[in-house]
Amino acid sequence: MASEAHVPVETLALREQFDTEAQQKDASTLGMWIFLITEVMFFGGMFCAYTVYRRAYSDAFAVASASLNVTIGAINTAVLLVSSFTMVLAVRASQLGQRRTLILFLVLTLIFGGIFLGVKAYEWNEKFEQHHVPGPSFHLDGVPQQGHAQLFFSLYFAMTGLHAAHMVIGVGLLSWLIWMAYKGTFTAEYNTPVDIAGLYWHFVDIIWIFLFPLLYLIDRHLPK
Amino acid sequence: MITAAVQERENYLNATSGLKSWLLTKDHKRIGLLYLATITLFFFLGGVFATLIRIELLTPGGGLVSSETYNKLFTMHGVTMIFFFLIPSIPAVLGNFFLPMMIGARDLAFPRINLLSWYLLVIGGLFALFAMLAGGVDTGWTFYTPYSTTYSNTWVIATALGIFVAGFSSILTGLNFIVTVHRMRAPGMTWFRMPLFVWAHYATALIQVLGTPVLAVTIVLVFCERVFHIGIFDPALGGDPVLFQHLFWFYSHPAVYIMILPAMGVVSELVSTFSRKPIFGYRVVAFSSVAIAVLGFLVWGHHLFVSGQSLYAGMVFSFLSYFVAIPSAIKVFNWTATLYKGSISYATPMLYAFGFIGLFTIGGLTGLFVAALGIDVHVTDTYFVVAHFHYIMVGGAIMAYLGGLHYWWPKITGRLYPEGWAKLSALVIFLGFNLTFFPQFILGYLGMPRRYHTYPDEFQILHVLSTAGASVLAVGYAIPMIYFAWSLRYGKVAGANPWGASGLEWKTASPPPAHNFDRIPVVTSEAYDYSTVVGEAVEVG
Repeated sequence: MASEAHVPVETLALREQFDTEAQQKDASTLGMWIFLITEVMFFGGMFCAYTVYRRAYSDAFAVASASLNVTIGAINTAVLLVSSFTMVLAVRASQLGQRRTLILFLVLTLIFGGIFLGVKAYEWNEKFEQHHVPGPSFHLDGVPQQGHAQLFFSLYFAMTGLHAAHMVIGVGLLSWLIWMAYKGTFTAEYNTPVDIAGLYWHFVDIIWIFLFPLLYLIDRHLPK
Repeated sequence: MITAAVQERENYLNATSGLKSWLLTKDHKRIGLLYLATITLFFFLGGVFATLIRIELLTPGGGLVSSETYNKLFTMHGVTMIFFFLIPSIPAVLGNFFLPMMIGARDLAFPRINLLSWYLLVIGGLFALFAMLAGGVDTGWTFYTPYSTTYSNTWVIATALGIFVAGFSSILTGLNFIVTVHRMRAPGMTWFRMPLFVWAHYATALIQVLGTPVLAVTIVLVFCERVFHIGIFDPALGGDPVLFQHLFWFYSHPAVYIMILPAMGVVSELVSTFSRKPIFGYRVVAFSSVAIAVLGFLVWGHHLFVSGQSLYAGMVFSFLSYFVAIPSAIKVFNWTATLYKGSISYATPMLYAFGFIGLFTIGGLTGLFVAALGIDVHVTDTYFVVAHFHYIMVGGAIMAYLGGLHYWWPKITGRLYPEGWAKLSALVIFLGFNLTFFPQFILGYLGMPRRYHTYPDEFQILHVLSTAGASVLAVGYAIPMIYFAWSLRYGKVAGANPWGASGLEWKTASPPPAHNFDRIPVVTSEAYDYSTVVGEAVEVG
């Protein structure tokens, strides 16, 4: 199958370096999966640090974990899961070429993502008021080694902060998708951006699924 | 006139013109040249730091610079050479240019991401340059905590951010290569028909994609530690500085393979072309690249033998480090076996390939010394280690980079370089390199520690030899820069395939058209099949 070097008209669905639209979609999807693997390694460094210190200072970590607000954390987990559901519906709508439904579900995903970030900001603010932010004024009742509790909160802020940064990028992506969908860029034939942004959104969701038990639920499964 | 004819034919260089056509190009070949210009500047800068270090070490008393300045010099030498020259060198220049051509593709899978990668390297480089101009950084290129996070009063954050940003350049290049190799191969270009250069880059890309993010997150933690004092690496709060070393070397040891694997890929091409034989044991050499990439992730602990790591961990890491020697040795033996009964021609690229094989062997074997627990305690942080990794990085990676640059220069520019001068400079570089770094093995074994700018008088003679060698090396590097520039205008016009090589990149014009091939080739034979190559090799030497 020899094809001509010059593809005369370059379209979004078929850039000049590709032979077929299927090949391009395949390449984009593979690219996103590889990017997500790099993200696993990126977060992995922090999970590694968490594992080391949780094992070394398990008592302080259990007490510090118990001071987090599990109810709010659980609500936020639910919000994020629902946002993943609406994202799936958005991807489906884009595959069927339903422009209005696509916009609706993208906007809903955006709103749920926004709610998550808002709740997160509220939680962080609470930590400031309770002196649970690492620094000179840090204090947590019931822990003999304040430094160890501080390490828990350092990791808490680093990990949830990095996760929130990814959420912000996701919100940016959604806004861009909504604009493109509004302009009518996506069709039943060309919807790769919605598809791979969906992959990203689910990945960020999954990171939280790991963060929630690791940060909020440590003492729940310890023998009392 | 032939010259006029060459200039008239449309190719990637004259297809469009103007600064904007370069800065916004999506052509992998032009992006390769952008990288070439950028990393050459960084190579020069890193060379300036190296020069100052070697001049300082001429005398035992340390008269030229203060110890603070000396700390900054070796730090900035390391940072510049590793993150802004060696890591991008072969993949981003030669890989960018030739990987798509070798598999018969019109471009990489993501040309815009490719351009973004270059911009990220430039932005990262600007951060690092700013740090250097503003006062420098003195932590060593390894940024060990808690010195880097708590005590150093230099530009740690700006430099670290530069490395962070440049790291994403490396990640995206790796991502692009993996997807390209998976999805963009020409009809008939099966996995086991790919040139070994492509296999080596595929393995490199795996490391870039899996390793670099860990460095990135480590830098994020160092940043948080330095700015917010969060305590992750601070013993005062219960944090562990050795955790930093684990995270850092989890990337930075595989990073050595990011630098050497592409070099091995280049050498495979050179050895095959200039002995007109397929590489002996093609599949084994291909898999040895992947094996090095995988095993390379399991040996980082050999940097921590004296950092208080458990003895048992040390033993496992020592054993695994020995294990990496197997795929490396397979390559060396197979290149040698390829030479057997080959029609060997001693063109300049082949001289560099020979230089690589010899120097890499020395660098690799001394690697076994430092991988041995007992000997490592004796030579840790001495010039023995410095000499060892310079044999790999300079004697290995840069030799192969220069060999590759000579080999593909006619394809890139359409012109031949002057063979006589090129052979002379290859010889000068080989001699200068050995004179610079061989005395450092002896120095280190005798106990000269690295990163000191004063030393006992008895070491002076070896330091003088090393500095003399560095001067020879500098001349050796200057000569190609001059004749490469000269050849752009005055070099003999090269045909499509001046070496009689077998790769797809030689089956299109020199310089190639903007879309690489007038027709996408259909591959019907194995790699390094010389039976179909018409004898169009020019006389060299």
